[in-house]
Amino acid sequence: MFKWLHPYANPEVSYNFCGKLQPWLFRLSALFLTIGLVWALLYAPADYQQGDSFRIFYIHVPAAILAMGIYFAMAIAALSSLVWQLKLADASAAAMAPIGAVFTAIALITGAAWGKPMWGTWWIWDARLTSELILLFLYLGVIALHNAFEDKNLAGKAAGILSLVGVINLPIIHYSVEWWNTLHQGATVSKLGAPSMSASMYWPFLMCLLGFSFLIAALICLRFRTEVLARNSMRPWVRELAMNSTEQKVCHSSSCHTHSQN
Amino acid sequence: MQFNSFAEFINMGGYAFYVWLSYGVSAALIIYLLFASIRRNKTVLEQIAMRQKREQRLRQAAEKNMKKQGLSEPQINDEMIEAAVQHSTQASK
Amino acid sequence: MNQASENSIAQNSPRDMNKTTNKLSYRGAFNLMVKRDLTIALRHKDDILNPLLFFVIVVTLFPLGIGPEASTLSRIAPGIIWVAALLSTLLSLDRLFKADHNDGSLEQMLLSPHPVFILVLAKITAHWLITGLPLIIVAPLLAVLLHFNEQSYSALMLTLLLGTPVLSLLGAIGVALTVGIKKGGVLLSLLVLPLYIPVLIFATSAIDTAALGLPYGGQLAIIAALFLGSLTLAPFAVGAALKVSTN
Repeated sequence: MFKWLHPYANPEVSYNFCGKLQPWLFRLSALFLTIGLVWALLYAPADYQQGDSFRIFYIHVPAAILAMGIYFAMAIAALSSLVWQLKLADASAAAMAPIGAVFTAIALITGAAWGKPMWGTWWIWDARLTSELILLFLYLGVIALHNAFEDKNLAGKAAGILSLVGVINLPIIHYSVEWWNTLHQGATVSKLGAPSMSASMYWPFLMCLLGFSFLIAALICLRFRTEVLARNSMRPWVRELAMNSTEQKVCHSSSCHTHSQN
Repeated sequence: MQFNSFAEFINMGGYAFYVWLSYGVSAALIIYLLFASIRRNKTVLEQIAMRQKREQRLRQAAEKNMKKQGLSEPQINDEMIEAAVQHSTQASK
Repeated sequence: MNQASENSIAQNSPRDMNKTTNKLSYRGAFNLMVKRDLTIALRHKDDILNPLLFFVIVVTLFPLGIGPEASTLSRIAPGIIWVAALLSTLLSLDRLFKADHNDGSLEQMLLSPHPVFILVLAKITAHWLITGLPLIIVAPLLAVLLHFNEQSYSALMLTLLLGTPVLSLLGAIGVALTVGIKKGGVLLSLLVLPLYIPVLIFATSAIDTAALGLPYGGQLAIIAALFLGSLTLAPFAVGAALKVSTN
């Protein structure tokens, strides 16, 4: 397996690989998201208790699951960058942090929008919402640490250590919040246990989950390639790429000759 | 199909505001992330290209100077170029 | 304690440090480091007093903001004291590595033949002795001001005793990551405060449980587990972070 993986340690090879993968991932995500969302909005039955507000869950649940998943993926990338000194793992961890933060924010906002008609308030200190909020703080910490360093390699290492500490803490925080919630739960909160989904709800949900996963994979590819370029800006292949991509644009604006004379 | 008419679909069984709020915000955030990522990719490429052009210009200027002074061999190396670029980027900031 | 280790401590007093530097045992290095940090801290008494003063002031602000009813205050007192303790620890964390980083002695420590784990642990211990311990001593007085439930004093002391070292240990990771950054102060709170949440939850719930006259051993056991877990893992993270920051 390592023999198969070995060429991808070269930034140029994995840059091109991700470049090839990226459009397919975008297409797949567009396909699955269209099917999933149309199904969820038009054809899936309304929940007998929650009515049509249940349709929020087709976004909320995949976003929440994937936000947590991205954090774990980021921690794995950080671990492999710290243990095996893989520069590319660093770049991928840096690519994942903002995406994870956005999906955590989506999970939080949709959770609040679902809570308003169900609970009567926008925010309730529900265990899941609270731990998503803390996950958002953890993401923001990683991003802030990334931005605080001038040197991107140092930033990657520091943020990697932080995300590893965070990933050890995440289950502890999650279970302590859950426990805290059961302890303090007032009588007004009617906790809705995860209803056993019927097949008519399960399939659109699965489609949405797949669609969001492909979307995240495509976004990671895009950001990963940017990070690779930024970290290898002195390499010949990057310089050639940069010259070619900007040359084309310059030619469009009809000032091609002046530049080619230079 | 769960809805009989388009108006009913928009109404979402009375939960219109909440449902469309969540879908709208999610779409807006994802589209923002997508465009921000694409823009960042472009700016990184442009910065690399700009740096390279500046390097070329400095190299040519240095060679011209050398010729003026009657030196046949350009007495410059990469380190000098590097230092000049560093200097000019700092000045431009 | 056996004879040999006693000897090694006796040998490693600061006076004959020059002679024995190369043969310093782990325990000797640890003690030396703690002693050094405590000496420095005692020379700058502000560093000890200011976080303590901050702790006291924050706690006294709450009754002014909420109102002096004894029942309300005693209901929220555990939360107030613990949140104030978190904030004052955060305030004092900055000086854990800053001065050493500025004058270059941090790099010397990382280059020294002793394991980083030991040195880091010693610095954190010294930090806890300087900031955590005074906090624990002052806390009962503030508890009186907040009309603390009489049954929960012992719970407050025990949770602070077990919980404040966790705050120092986890905080040290954040400081180690931000020590090289100029505006690290605000960033530090963003990095560290989310990690403090479990300690806060279990400590306040132990105190609440004690106020009801119920056994609170379970919560204490969890805080103790957090303490031991962070004691074994945090110094490694701090060491790795310091190596990044001093790069």
